Amino acid sequence: MRAALALIGAMLALPAAAEPTPAEVQKAMQRDFHPRGQATMERLTQDGVQRVCTETRDKPPAEVAKALEADQMKTIAFPEGSLMGDWKRGEAIAQSGRGMTWADKPGDAAGGSCYNCHELSPQELSHGTIGPSLRAFGKTRGSGPEIQRYVYGKIYNAKAYNLCSQMPRLGLSGTLTPEQIRHLVALLLDPASPVNE
Amino acid sequence: MKALVFGSALALAGAALAQDASKEIQRYRQMIAEGSPAELFELEGEALWKKPQGPKNASLEKCDLGRGPGVLKGAYARLPRYFKDADRVMDLETRLLYCMTTLQGRSREEATKRVFGTADQPSEMESLSAYVAAQSRGMKLDPGLAHAKEKESVALGRALYLHRAGSWDFSCASCHGEEGKRIRMQDLPVLYKPEHARPVIATWPAYRVSTSQFVTLQWRMNDCYRQMRTPEPNFGSETTVALIHFLTATAKGETYRGPGSKR
Repeated sequence: MRAALALIGAMLALPAAAEPTPAEVQKAMQRDFHPRGQATMERLTQDGVQRVCTETRDKPPAEVAKALEADQMKTIAFPEGSLMGDWKRGEAIAQSGRGMTWADKPGDAAGGSCYNCHELSPQELSHGTIGPSLRAFGKTRGSGPEIQRYVYGKIYNAKAYNLCSQMPRLGLSGTLTPEQIRHLVALLLDPASPVNE
Repeated sequence: MKALVFGSALALAGAALAQDASKEIQRYRQMIAEGSPAELFELEGEALWKKPQGPKNASLEKCDLGRGPGVLKGAYARLPRYFKDADRVMDLETRLLYCMTTLQGRSREEATKRVFGTADQPSEMESLSAYVAAQSRGMKLDPGLAHAKEKESVALGRALYLHRAGSWDFSCASCHGEEGKRIRMQDLPVLYKPEHARPVIATWPAYRVSTSQFVTLQWRMNDCYRQMRTPEPNFGSETTVALIHFLTATAKGETYRGPGSKR
């Protein structure tokens, strides 16, 4: 992936022009986009994570990644008590790709779009492959407090664990509520969940 | 041991099911590739091309798409490119809009009021795109790459492709960056690779079977950004044209065979 991206220009043998910096690209987008519905213009302002990942083609130097991942970790607010909700509700959230677009109504419940990229329950054959298969995730890892905390944190802010992950920061971005994330934790870890069949 | 054997049988059954589903999808894709309803849109587009409209009560028949006023043959295959009269790079839809405002005297606001149509009511832009693109069938994609502004446009498109932004931190490459990946059952082309961009770009614009709509490249950029959770790109802006330009430059040399059909 890294090599491929670095080679884009060379592979295409396209006429050379100075490559615009992320700041210049951002400026072009701010000029050429307009707010619509809940999709406001602030969404075009790159934060540190987006900026570093764009600049380094998703391969940040290890020390930069470590420092920024630690910052991201601080954004995760872990709820009190059990992090395991109801896997059945988790399955519905994993199926839904709604939420956060200019066409979605702001107050409506969003989904996690999980099946877009991951295999989860074996009954659902229509799953994407951008992320790793999560089938039998809890079967091999158990469902103790430590793994619950990991799964909750990863869904809340994937960038705290892997800075340039392609996975959205579903909690931090305001897409999913803490309650919804708890249901997804159960979908992955509950021994009764079809994921762990 | 018994459980293990049973488990393997289940896994095998699951794999067979997945394979069946994949075969079905392939059959369906082949079916929709043959006999496209795109022709209906081409006919509607021809009527619109010749219809006098706007304050100047003029048709688009003198519109210069890059090969001279009114020349349609091969014009689409050479877009996007730099237009001196507008002093910018334009794709087909941006150029059509330019002709609507200059030749027909229509306001940009009026002409862009409804650029993306519905299944029941296609937009003027969609039908016109079908008509114009069809006149390039059999010709090699040859977008403008020599002018300084054309170089700038392709470079901006390439940078946009890799630029992460929006609520979900996506760039185009988040989905279209690695080979052999899918969203749900949809295969994802890696569009900076010529072998992936060629068959895709050679068949846009296209009739989209799942929504019974004729869709254009400006629509494709718009709907990708919707799913990337950014605000909405302006129709015909330098940004959307740059992305289309970059993709077409990557597909350069491929024989145009659209308007095609999409899932």
